[in-house]
Amino acid sequence: MSEHKLPFIRRYIFSTDHKVIGIQFMFVSLLFMVVGGLLAMMVRWQLAYPDRAMPLGTLFPESVMPEGHIGPEVYNALFTMHGSIMIFLVIIPMLTGAFGNFLIPLMIGARDMAFPKLNMLSFWVALPGGIIMASSFFVDAGPAATGWTAYPPLSAVPDYTGVTLGQTLWIVAVLIVGTGSIMGAVNYITTIVNMRAPGMHFFRLPLSLWALFITAILQLMATPVLASALGMLLFDRTLGTHFFAPAGGGQVLLWQHLFWFYSHPAVYIMILPAMGFASDILATFARKPVFGYKAMVFSLVGIAGLGFIVWGHHMFQSGMNPALGTAFMLSTMVIAVPSAIKVFNWLGTLWRGSIHFTTPMLHAMSFVSMFIIGGLSGIFMASTPVDIFIHDTYFIVAHLHYVLFGGSMFGIFAAITYWFPKMFGRTMNEAVGKVHFVLTYILFNLTFFPMHMLGMGGHMRRIYDPTQYEFLKPLQPINIFITQSALLLGAVQVLFMANFLLSLFLGRKAERNPWRANTLEWAAPSPPPHGNFERIPTVYRGPYEYSSPESSEDYLPQDQPPAHAPVPSRPPAMSPARA
Amino acid sequence: MAHAAAMSHPQEAYENPLTPGWGKLMMWIFLCSDAMSFVGLLAAYGAVRLGSSDWPIPSTRLDVPLTALNTFILICSSVTMVKALSAIRRGDRKGLVLWLLGTIAGGSAFLGIQAFEWTHQIVVEGLSIKTSLFGATFFILTGFHGCHVLSGVIYLSCIAIRGARGGYTAEQNSPVEIAGLYWHFVDLIWILVFTFVYLIS
Amino acid sequence: MRSWLPEGVSTYSGSIDHMFYMILWVTGIGFIVTEVVLFAFAFMYRSRPGRRATYTHGNSKLEIIWTVVPAAFFVFLGFMSQNVWSSIKGHVPHTDEEVTVTASQFNWEIRYKGKDGAFDTPDDVVTSNDMRLPVDVPVKIRLRSKDVIHSFFLPQFRLKQDAVPGLTIEVWLQATRTGEFEIACAELCGFGHYSMRGVLTVLKPEEYRTWLSEQEAGVTAAQAGQGAPAPAAAEAKAPPA
Repeated sequence: MSEHKLPFIRRYIFSTDHKVIGIQFMFVSLLFMVVGGLLAMMVRWQLAYPDRAMPLGTLFPESVMPEGHIGPEVYNALFTMHGSIMIFLVIIPMLTGAFGNFLIPLMIGARDMAFPKLNMLSFWVALPGGIIMASSFFVDAGPAATGWTAYPPLSAVPDYTGVTLGQTLWIVAVLIVGTGSIMGAVNYITTIVNMRAPGMHFFRLPLSLWALFITAILQLMATPVLASALGMLLFDRTLGTHFFAPAGGGQVLLWQHLFWFYSHPAVYIMILPAMGFASDILATFARKPVFGYKAMVFSLVGIAGLGFIVWGHHMFQSGMNPALGTAFMLSTMVIAVPSAIKVFNWLGTLWRGSIHFTTPMLHAMSFVSMFIIGGLSGIFMASTPVDIFIHDTYFIVAHLHYVLFGGSMFGIFAAITYWFPKMFGRTMNEAVGKVHFVLTYILFNLTFFPMHMLGMGGHMRRIYDPTQYEFLKPLQPINIFITQSALLLGAVQVLFMANFLLSLFLGRKAERNPWRANTLEWAAPSPPPHGNFERIPTVYRGPYEYSSPESSEDYLPQDQPPAHAPVPSRPPAMSPARA
Repeated sequence: MAHAAAMSHPQEAYENPLTPGWGKLMMWIFLCSDAMSFVGLLAAYGAVRLGSSDWPIPSTRLDVPLTALNTFILICSSVTMVKALSAIRRGDRKGLVLWLLGTIAGGSAFLGIQAFEWTHQIVVEGLSIKTSLFGATFFILTGFHGCHVLSGVIYLSCIAIRGARGGYTAEQNSPVEIAGLYWHFVDLIWILVFTFVYLIS
Repeated sequence: MRSWLPEGVSTYSGSIDHMFYMILWVTGIGFIVTEVVLFAFAFMYRSRPGRRATYTHGNSKLEIIWTVVPAAFFVFLGFMSQNVWSSIKGHVPHTDEEVTVTASQFNWEIRYKGKDGAFDTPDDVVTSNDMRLPVDVPVKIRLRSKDVIHSFFLPQFRLKQDAVPGLTIEVWLQATRTGEFEIACAELCGFGHYSMRGVLTVLKPEEYRTWLSEQEAGVTAAQAGQGAPAPAAAEAKAPPA
């Protein structure tokens, strides 16, 4: 490979190597994660201590935070940007951008993506989107302040919020980031369909790849609908159309339908890859095949398919026809079934395993345990009558954080700690990793579990000062407790950042297959060179042949030739499930 | 199956990502995505139109006969596209370039007539994106589609230039086929847009 | 254990709470079972020297069971919910008590029909953030919005409904006791979202009548005094029905 001839800028900046692009996505997402996390802590401060100046608040310009106090306009901007950044610039790019790029070619045994230049472009399109989003902090009247859902007319008419350019930049940024993820999705699908190594049937793909494949299809089909809605919103704001303005004959609820048609699948975009990573990691460290591989695949497919017909469950109290509400409730109840199957199959994977409690395994297991809570709390909102009460309260905030932090973020921590040796050729510190895990697990629950109680008390979300209401006053101690836990939770992440950054340079050198795992990425050197493999591997079996009687070891890599049959040219059509 | 072929030659496939099959697959995937953006816009169009009590009857406000002619021109350009592809498949590079020029001419004529209609609507009828949702949906749907036609004309011009420089052969012509896919898609979408915006009353 | 749900004071708050607790039981049992199994497995099957994991790819019978059982529970919860939902949303009980609530940034305008028995006429009684209703009588509330989406939220009544500009949405409630309760906005509506607080006072029917007649008399007097429609009534045309 011509790696050594390339100048620095082509190797690390404008690189077409999928691994470099993946790592670029990862660094940018981690950077935005810090920003998003700090915003969350500011939001928490205000909720716990509405009358007190924020510590370090005086560092901000007087016009933004007079004497360090967060004003209601600023507060709305804070939670809006927290949600938007975490969703569009952290979780989605981390799961699909970073790990999608890094893992897909390695796990299918290819040298790169099908379209490396398009791949590079998808990063260099997404990055300006992120920069535009971030730049909206610095424009007059501040950034968007209408929630990450940007419901018009609030978002369509500047006078309603006072935010002018900031909201427009938000729309443009999301459009651009969305374009980047469509480019990525086109590439991922083509790569997985066309470039699998010899012997890598679809039913030999690791579940991480199935998840990324299905996620790419969701992104491909859902994002353009969001794009068209964003386009109309942009025209409403800038060109004076009336798509969402009732005075001009527009339809207010149209936005919500189009937005959730994208954003409900987007919820799955944010969790499916984490499910895939958790499946792989659980199998590796339980030294046991994934329980019910095909059921896992079909439930992924089922979730994705049904994901397109449940969007209305975000709109039960929106004024949508109540009969439609019933239909969406039933489809939502149905979509809970594949999630339940996955949970049981994860438990089945652990059953009679030989569990090694490494940092990635701990994160993956806590992914399962937190996803159980996040999944079950969703049933409350799915029930239309119960949703009347808890809609737009802290109950939903608790639910979504159990799914997106308890689920996606623990999945991301698991994936980073698991694939770090492959990405950077060094190992993260296990002791620090475990301390970080234990503290994060406890503080996460202390932060988010009490939010269920707030929600049951009727605490509305997105309010600047809960002490305005008599019925919320008794709940204020919970708010204070949550904030203290949240601040500690944020502080603990410094451990992770330090471990990550120091291990990049000081970590122990990693061997090729430090976890003794089966999938193809471990057949490549750590870190893999440009072109990944010395020679393209041939795949002989499914990804989860751990503790197989065929081998004296407790693992059997996908590319290891069978002992008795030398190089079968075409292995019989096989299913890895049911030996 | 396509992947079976790729599977047995992953090495060559990697070194030349534009072997037949790859780009075509990507174009199909892209078209699915692009179709969804039209689905979003058409759904919005349907929603605002059905929700409106005084939506004008399109034929009273828009020039349906002229646009029907325009539709005919676009369909003809799809036919010439098919002819271009079959020409190069026979190895007839001159035929390829000529038929492609015909297609480009069709696309350009379509854009010209549309520009004429836009001008007429704006200048004479006083329709604009601001005046009503009728105007907004008209300009956005035909405009978004027009952007696709314009991109297609540029795309086909690139193919034609490469063809004129001896780019394709009877065996190696998948870029022509892929461009054709795109062009037929744009044509198909126009029939939907035309039906919804001009015909249904 | 204290009840985390606020006191319920509408005729349907009990059925919503019942549904809530039913889901809490089902999901609570599911939660405890799965988490106990997870932690038990983590302990029982921790790696020990000399023990090898069991090589198995699954068990169809088990997988079918744990597909069908949760599915049955979810469908059951779905149909139970549907009963409650249709009893609340399926119909608005026939009633003469009607009130229009018009949300705007950041205010609830409460409008009573006045003497002529019709809305949006000059003799309407209009108050701001001060809603009074009779106890034990079904009341129909017509929700509108002048600007952005708001959400009319009465926590103790288990009532929440978005007020959408361009639409008039009807909801109803029947209070089961007198007292003062808070009205909140549950949908982000701008920087003053948190401050959209109103008070709903539930009165005995005769107290309510008395209060309403006083208000009606006040409106008449104001009109007679000024010879012009009351200022509040002049705003009536703003949102199209």
